[in-house]
Amino acid sequence: MLAWTIYISFLGAALLMFLPGENPRPAKVAALLAALAGLACAAKGAIECHLHAGAGALTDVANANWIPELGIRYHLAADGISLVLVLLTGIAAVAGVLFSWNVENRSREFFALYLALIGGVYGVFLSVDLFLLFVFYEVAIIPKYFLIVIWGSTRREYGAMKLALYSFVGSAMVLVGLIAAYVMAGARTFDLAALAKVHFAPAFQNWAFIVVFVGFAILAGLWPFHTWAPTGHVAAPTAASMLLAGVVMKLGAYGALRVAMTLFPVGLHTWQNTIAVLAVVGIVYGALVALVQQDFKFVIGYSSVSHMGFVLLGLMTLTQIGLSGAVLQMFSHGIIAGLLFAVVGRMVYDRTHTRDLAVLQPKNLNQVLPFAAVTFVVGGAASMGLPGFSGFIAELQVLVGAWQTFPVFAVMAAVGILAGVAYTLRVLLKAFFAEGQVEAREPLHCPRISLPERAGALLLLGTTLLIGLCPQLLLDFITPSLNSPLMQPLWKAGTR
Amino acid sequence: MNLYLQYLTALAPEVIVVATALLVLVMDLVLVREKPFAQRVGLTGAIACMGCGLAMVWVELVPCSIHSAMLSVSPLTQWVKVPLLLLTIFAAVLSWNERFTRHAGEYFALLLLAAAGLMLLVSSESLLMIFVALELLSTSLYALAAFDKSGVASSEAALKYFLFGGMSAAFTLFGISLIYGIAGDIQLDVIATRLRGHPVEPVFYAALVMTLVGFAFKLAAAPFHLWAPDVYEGAPTPVASFIASGSKVAAFFVLARILLSAFPGARGTASLGGHLPGWAPLLMVLAVLSMVAGNVAAIVQTNVKRLLAYSAIAHAGYALLALLADRRHALSALLFYTITYAFTVLGAFAVVGVVEESGRKASLADFAGLSRRAPLLSFCMLVFMLSLAGIPPLSGFFGKFYVFTAAADTAPKLSLLWLVVLAVAASAVSLYYYLQVLKQIYAVAPAPASAWPRPALSARVAIVLLAAIVIVLGCVPDLLLGKISELLKSNSF
Repeated sequence: MLAWTIYISFLGAALLMFLPGENPRPAKVAALLAALAGLACAAKGAIECHLHAGAGALTDVANANWIPELGIRYHLAADGISLVLVLLTGIAAVAGVLFSWNVENRSREFFALYLALIGGVYGVFLSVDLFLLFVFYEVAIIPKYFLIVIWGSTRREYGAMKLALYSFVGSAMVLVGLIAAYVMAGARTFDLAALAKVHFAPAFQNWAFIVVFVGFAILAGLWPFHTWAPTGHVAAPTAASMLLAGVVMKLGAYGALRVAMTLFPVGLHTWQNTIAVLAVVGIVYGALVALVQQDFKFVIGYSSVSHMGFVLLGLMTLTQIGLSGAVLQMFSHGIIAGLLFAVVGRMVYDRTHTRDLAVLQPKNLNQVLPFAAVTFVVGGAASMGLPGFSGFIAELQVLVGAWQTFPVFAVMAAVGILAGVAYTLRVLLKAFFAEGQVEAREPLHCPRISLPERAGALLLLGTTLLIGLCPQLLLDFITPSLNSPLMQPLWKAGTR
Repeated sequence: MNLYLQYLTALAPEVIVVATALLVLVMDLVLVREKPFAQRVGLTGAIACMGCGLAMVWVELVPCSIHSAMLSVSPLTQWVKVPLLLLTIFAAVLSWNERFTRHAGEYFALLLLAAAGLMLLVSSESLLMIFVALELLSTSLYALAAFDKSGVASSEAALKYFLFGGMSAAFTLFGISLIYGIAGDIQLDVIATRLRGHPVEPVFYAALVMTLVGFAFKLAAAPFHLWAPDVYEGAPTPVASFIASGSKVAAFFVLARILLSAFPGARGTASLGGHLPGWAPLLMVLAVLSMVAGNVAAIVQTNVKRLLAYSAIAHAGYALLALLADRRHALSALLFYTITYAFTVLGAFAVVGVVEESGRKASLADFAGLSRRAPLLSFCMLVFMLSLAGIPPLSGFFGKFYVFTAAADTAPKLSLLWLVVLAVAASAVSLYYYLQVLKQIYAVAPAPASAWPRPALSARVAIVLLAAIVIVLGCVPDLLLGKISELLKSNSF
C-alpha cells in the first residue's frame, strides 16, 4: 500500500505532463486527487504497519531484484520514523495543492513537476536500498529548479540555480560516501540493514561520516551551508516554498539520520560535538537574522534554518529523547513552516504583491485579511513553541536531550527560542497589527480568502494542534523505531 | 575454400554494409538522378537504413566466432556492432530532412563506409587492421564533415578535423611501429605473450604514449581536444552527431581492447601514492584534464553545439575512468557508459538539428521558449540534458554511477577514490550548463513573431525513440548490463 504513494505521484505527474489542453481546472483537480490519494495511501499504510508490526522494525513494502550486476535491489520498507515523514509528506502535498489553486499560468506543467517532486520525496522516505534512496533523492532536485525558475518571484533564476547547485553538490558528497561504503564493505550490496552491520574501520568512518552527513545536511539547512534556503524559499512560488521547507529540508535530515549516522556510528561519535556546535549556531544565527529582515518571506526562510537547527541538535544528542524530539520536530516544522509560507506567499503576497514589511505596515492587514491574520497568529504561536502545538513538545524533547548530553548548548538553544518569540512577534506586529497611519492608507481591495486556502490552512492548523495535544499519536511510531535493531549501533556509539 | 567461406560469414555484416554503400551510390547515379531531391534522399536513405538493419539481423541471427591474426570475431564484438549499426540508422534517419547537400547518394554511401569502418575497428585483432579501419572511418568522416558546401564553417571544420586527425594517425602509426619493434608482432594477443614480464622501459613508454596520443585525438580527450568544438559546430548536424556517438563507442572499445588485451602487464598505477609507470597514469592525466577542461569551458558556451562538444570532452574523461578500473568491471562499465552516452548525445544533436531546420541557429537564445512550441521535443531534450548531467532515473546517471563504482573498486580498494571525487565534483559543475539550456527551453519566453514549422515526422519519431531508450536503459539498466556481463563471462574479448 505504501509503495503506491510513490507510484500515484509519478503517474499523476506523467498524466499531467501529457494531458492535452491549457485549461487549468482539470490539472488542479487531478493534482489534488493524486495528492489526496497519496495521503490516503500513506495513512492506510501507516495504520497497517502500526497494527501489524508495532515493534518499529523495518517492514518490507517492496523488494525485488533491480540491477543484479551491482547487487542493487528495488527495496522499499518503512519503520516508524519513515512513516511519520511519509505522513508529513502526504499532508504537505495536499496543502500545497490547495494553496496553489490560483496557479493559472502553465498549471499543467506546474502540477506535473509538483507531483514529481512529491513522488521523489516519498521514495526517499521509503527506500532502504541506498542506491534507490539516492535515485529518489536526486529525482527531487530537478523539479525544484523548474518550479522556482518558471513560477518564482524575487531573483528566481539566481535562487533556483543556487538551490539546484547546493543540492547537487550535497548529493555528490553523498554519492562519494555511498560508493566508498559499498566498496569498503565488499558485500556487493547497498542494503541499509546489511551495510549497517558492517564494522567499517574507524579512520574510514571518520571521513566518510562527515562527507555523507554534510552532504545530506546541506539540504537540512546546516549552518554554514544554509544560504540556499532563504534565497530559495523567497524565490520559490508558494507551494514550492511550502514543500521546500516542509518536506525537502527533511529529506536532508532524514538522510543524515538514516544513512550517515546509521552506517558510521564511530565517525558520528568523532564529529558529534562539532556538528552540535554548528546546529546551535544555526539555531541562534537563523533566529537573529530573521529578527532584522525586511522581507516577510525572508523572516520565515531564516526561521526555517533556526528550526532545522533543532532537528540537527536533537540528532546529535544521541539520546532517545533527543532523537525522538528531532523526528517530531521534522514533522512539526514541516507543518508549521508550510502554514507560515502559505500565509506569506499565497494569502498576503498574491494579493498585495509585496512582502516588504515597511510597505505592509500601513496596510492594516488584520482588517483586510482577517483570516490570514488569525492563521498567522496561531501559526506563529505554534512556531514559537507554545504549549498545545506540536512545536512545543518537539523542541522540549530536543532541549531535554541536549541538556543530558551538552548542557551549555541547551541553554544557547533556549536563547534561540527566545529570539524566535521575538521575531515572530515583530513580524506579526509589522505585517498585520501595525497601529497608526491608518489615515494614510488607501482602501485596499483584494479578493477574499478562498475556500481552498481556508481548507489548506485548517488542515495544517488542525494537524499541528492534534499533535500538540496528543503527541503520543506520533511518538507511538517514533519510540519503538528508535529501539529497533537498525538503530542499535547508534546507542552503542553514544555510550562509548 | 572452407576457410574463406568462414571468413565471409564472419564478415558478412561488414560486407552487407559496404555492398549497400555501393548500391546506394549506383542507385542515386543511375535510377533516381532526375527525381526530385526529397525522393532521392528518401530512397537512398531508406536503402542505407535497410542495409544497416540487414547487417544487424545477420549479427543477431548468425552466431560466429573466429580468431585469426587479423580478425577476432566473438559474440562480444559481434554484439557491439548492434548499437553501432543502430546509431548509424538513427544518424541516417536524422539526415533525411537536412537540406545541406544535393548529393544524396554520396552522403549515405560515405555514412555507410564510416559504419563499416566502425564495425571493422571493433573486431580487428592486429594493430595494422585497427589502423586501417580507423583510417576508413576517419576518411569518411572528414568528407562527411565537409558536406555542407553552402557555408565556410563546414569546410573549416572538415579541414581542422582532417589536419588533427592526420596528425593523430601519424602518432598512432609511430606508436604501432615502436610496439612492433619491441614485441616483434602486431597481433594483440601475441604482443601480450611476448611482453609478459617486460619492464616498462623508456622506448616501451614512448610507444604507449604515442599510441595513446593518437587515440586521445580520436576521443577528443584533453589536451588533444581542440578540434572538437569547431567540428561539432561546423559540420552538418547529423554528421556531428555521428562523430560524437558512433565513433566514440568504437574508439573506446578498441582502445580498451588494445590496452587490456595487448598490454595487461604494463598497467602501472594511477593512485596518488605509489606511482608505477604504465598506461594507467597516462589515462589518469587524460581523464583529469578532460573532466576539468571540458566542464570549465562548457560553462561559458553560448552555442549549444559547442556546449555539447565541451561536454563530450568531459564525458570522455569520465569514460576513461572506467578503463582504469579492474578488468572485471572495466569493460562492462565502459560499454554501458559509452553506448548510453552515444544514444543520449545523438538525441541532443537531433533536437539541435530540428531547431536549426526551423531557420534558427544553435545558440542558446534560439532555444528560448521551445517548450511552448514543441512540448514533446522539449521534453526529449530535457531527458537528454538531464541524462548527460547524470540525473536519475536516466541512463546517464547509472552509466556514471557504474563507472565511478568500478573505479573506486579498483584494487587496492579506494586507491582511485580521489579521481572519483574529482569526477563527481566535475559532474556537479556540469549541471549548471545543462540547466542553462533547459532554462532557455522552459523558463524563457519565446521570441514573439517567429515561425515554427512542424518538424518532419521521421525526425520526431527518431528523437522520441532515442529519449525512450535513454529512459528505459536508465530505469532498467539490466537490459543492457545483463547482456554485456553475460557476453563478458563467456569470453574476455
